[in-house]
Amino acid sequence: MNEMTGNSRPGYRLDGVGFRYPGGAGWAVHDVALTIEPGEVVAIIGPNGSGKSTFLKLLAGLLVPQEGLVHLDGQPLERYGVNALARRLAVVPQSVQFVFPFTVREIVAMGRTPHRAAHRVERLDGWKHWLGGLSLPVGRAGMGSQTDRKAVQAALAEMELEPIAERSVLELSGGERQKVLLARALAQQPAILLLDEPTAALDWHHQSLVYRRVRALNQERGVTVVLVSHDLNLAALFARRLVLLDRGRIRRVGSPDEVLTQAELDALYARAVIVDRHPSADAPRVTLRP
Amino acid sequence: MTRRWHPARLYTVGGLLLALSILAALSWGSVAISWRAMPALFWQWISGAQLSPPAMVLWEIRLPRILLAGLIGGVLAVVGASLQALLRNALADPYVLGVSSGAALGAVVGGLVGGSLHEASLTLFLWAFAGSLLTLVVLYRISSVHGLLPVQTLLLAGVVINAIFSALVLFAVAMVEPSRLFGLLSWLMGSIGSADYRIVGLLFVYSLIGLLLLFGKAEQLNLLTLGDESAKSLGVEPERLKRFVFIVTALLTGAVVSLSGMIGFIGMMVPHALRLLIGPDHRFLLPAAAVVGAAFLILADLMARSLLAPTELPVGVITALLGGPFFLFLLWQRRQGAIVSE
Repeated sequence: MNEMTGNSRPGYRLDGVGFRYPGGAGWAVHDVALTIEPGEVVAIIGPNGSGKSTFLKLLAGLLVPQEGLVHLDGQPLERYGVNALARRLAVVPQSVQFVFPFTVREIVAMGRTPHRAAHRVERLDGWKHWLGGLSLPVGRAGMGSQTDRKAVQAALAEMELEPIAERSVLELSGGERQKVLLARALAQQPAILLLDEPTAALDWHHQSLVYRRVRALNQERGVTVVLVSHDLNLAALFARRLVLLDRGRIRRVGSPDEVLTQAELDALYARAVIVDRHPSADAPRVTLRP
Repeated sequence: MTRRWHPARLYTVGGLLLALSILAALSWGSVAISWRAMPALFWQWISGAQLSPPAMVLWEIRLPRILLAGLIGGVLAVVGASLQALLRNALADPYVLGVSSGAALGAVVGGLVGGSLHEASLTLFLWAFAGSLLTLVVLYRISSVHGLLPVQTLLLAGVVINAIFSALVLFAVAMVEPSRLFGLLSWLMGSIGSADYRIVGLLFVYSLIGLLLLFGKAEQLNLLTLGDESAKSLGVEPERLKRFVFIVTALLTGAVVSLSGMIGFIGMMVPHALRLLIGPDHRFLLPAAAVVGAAFLILADLMARSLLAPTELPVGVITALLGGPFFLFLLWQRRQGAIVSE
């Protein structure tokens, strides 16, 4: 068991965590104990309604457990201010319902807000901005400091969003919106990245793009990644450790090979799938039984 | 590709529009005063000399009224834009949602309990504030579904709240002696009657504080339009921000309604038009709404007092006749767009 004391790198520790929605029938997540090491890539998998998204929201501090505690770096999550938390971890939700015609660039730039709020000098810059609109040559697209603009530009480039950077998000397809949310998380430059079904609306090219991008973040910058997916193959390729949830409880934790066994999946998915080997990666492959 | 005005351009155009509307409203009316005569009359006023009748009309009657209209218009437009961000709904408006009628009910009750409706008074304003805040809270509680406020529910709730409060207002009005009735009714329809510099000055300081408080939250409002969870994961406490904006907008609406009654639709029309021009970023949208809202109500008030001159229409009639159809057009356009939310 790795104790996080004296270690500023992020890591999670969950003890007996339970959560039930107000008015909900039962526990959405129950009695979950888990440690996530800094720099790890973990995938949360499980059938529909097994509590995956709830689990991710607990990690993000968006929901507060009624039972147990979620520790981050040895401190309970509630102890962090929302802004301090937003500088450490970025959440990519399944979808966001946009109501106003912000441009792609504006949405991505919102990922910089927690960092801007942390610096008073740059806060002043924001004030100057709405007062004048004249003071910065970049106009309305210019949000905050040079660092901020660079981070936004880099995030746009990494998600191949530059050609549509000035388009309104209301005009975008589901897949494009998902890329925008990912780019926003990249601009946030977090130490921990929490992804909720990040590739559900994406075609093969963009699935591969997200996959490569997130892997690079993990390997080059040591970003901890927690991913929720019901795409077992994606999870097997992405993550070195899988957490299999079933009706709100952890059923199995381990490497893809340990978790994605024929016996386990037969029990969970009513014998709907076949497990064999991925042709080019050292990972199991799950396909639908014809 | 979204083509938008640079904010600097909008502020320039908006400023010019405001200046022109002030000049137009100074010059037109039952006594026409040419722009060329104004500098001399202005000098008369400044130098403290005996005022000639036209100077009297200009500086003692028209100017304070114009300034009052400008303040009220600016406040209503910014309140509308802020509520739209808060409720995540571009059709929100203090009038449509019944917030104004809540304030009016408060003011009428306050007027019955003590004081009179013809004089701006602190008690009246406090009653109006209580009325508008109560309405906002009830509205939010009734129509929020998992933190989202669906368009239909919100508008329906607004309509019903409006109906209930209007009935209560009429009930209260029935108890008023007939001699005061006309004044009360035209106040209810929304009118900018006589104004003096004391009230204008007070309202100026008051709304300036309120508007700056809202401007300061502009960036957080941007995040809130993405929903509570997104806002929170980007470092904003959604509940705290909502409480803050509810209270500030209710304070502003209360003050405005206790002075001028129910003037509708500005809060919806002005931000909507501006969003098309400069986009939805509240750091630009809110200040721009203040400027353009001011110009808009000054011109509407000019129409109200000159269309049937010498009879004066309540300015609320003008804004409702312009805004109502505009509102219907937006609803129709949504249907056309067929982007059904959820």
